[in-house]
Amino acid sequence: MSDGSSPLTSTEVIDQYFLEHRAKVLDIAAFLDRIDRASSASESVEYRVAALLDCIALLHDGDGDRARRIQGRLSDRSTEPIDAAPMQGALGAPEEPAS
Amino acid sequence: MKYIDPHIHMVSRTTDDYRRMAQAGCVAITEPAFWAGFDRCSVEGFRDYFRQLTVTEPRRAAQYGINHHSWLCINPKEAEDVGFATEVLGIIPEFMQADNVLGIGEIGLNKNSKNELHVLDMHLQLAKSMDSLVLVHTPHLEDKFKGTVLIMDAVKNAGLDPDRVLIDHVEEHTVGPVLDRGFWAGMTLYPDTKCTPQRAVDILECWGTERIWMNSAGDWGDSDPLAVPKARMEMRRRQHGWDMIEKVTFGNPLAFLGRSPNFNANG
Repeated sequence: MSDGSSPLTSTEVIDQYFLEHRAKVLDIAAFLDRIDRASSASESVEYRVAALLDCIALLHDGDGDRARRIQGRLSDRSTEPIDAAPMQGALGAPEEPAS
Repeated sequence: MKYIDPHIHMVSRTTDDYRRMAQAGCVAITEPAFWAGFDRCSVEGFRDYFRQLTVTEPRRAAQYGINHHSWLCINPKEAEDVGFATEVLGIIPEFMQADNVLGIGEIGLNKNSKNELHVLDMHLQLAKSMDSLVLVHTPHLEDKFKGTVLIMDAVKNAGLDPDRVLIDHVEEHTVGPVLDRGFWAGMTLYPDTKCTPQRAVDILECWGTERIWMNSAGDWGDSDPLAVPKARMEMRRRQHGWDMIEKVTFGNPLAFLGRSPNFNANG
């Protein structure tokens, strides 16, 4: 395993990548606003949106290793094979929150 | 600088893509059998597909100086029908003799069902009986972590050497377990659903460059046949050296794929 270091300084990383991530956070904000403006049959937060909000909280909880931990929040953590495939695709987040 | 794209579905790409890949330095590709976007309804449909992988695509690639190689299987998305999968498995040995075939792939799991696992095991037994390399597809999105663990256990139970198995589509949560258990790892560069070039280079910085490669997995969906050269550019953007770039995009694929006498990256 590598030591995880980058050849760039933190200032160089920010200089190179800030604008594209500024755009991404605005995309997320606009996506959530779009959901607010849309009509919904339910008062509850849809499970994928709830997962996204949980992931956003992980971004600033101070614990680091964010990408791996967000992948964990978006993963089915069960361990046994299911009886039959219900469909061929995937939806991006488990219906039951990861424990 | 030349590179290898070790996972791309050229049956779904245009000839212009071959041209652009060659212009970017691609000298060899490997094309695993996959789901065509619809379920095939007969064994003869697979026979035609295997002919495409072993005859047609090598000719098309050769026009641009790219050496084309194939992996054969029935993919996990069509593995829920065990009877049908068994019939398709029955015709694979006759194509394994083609001179561009490297092994069995891309096998694995999709929704992590019992039938998928059964068909995976049949493929692993076939690979073991033919002493062939194996290329593994891991499930998408929320199913990936669970499926990756189930697949690694299945490979172990089948008695295959992890050093002859590449587990593809690893991301931040699966790369560690895959490398720790002695497998090779592939990172797939997709715009939305797998690794971006930036995240793939992050993974290299965290996990090093041993037993790992990157691929475009270009196909009929959102994907980019030039993703590997774009990731090389990302490495340069971060001031990584040419030796590291060459290792991940040429040396490592050559080391794994070169175990098959059919692999040729010499142009």
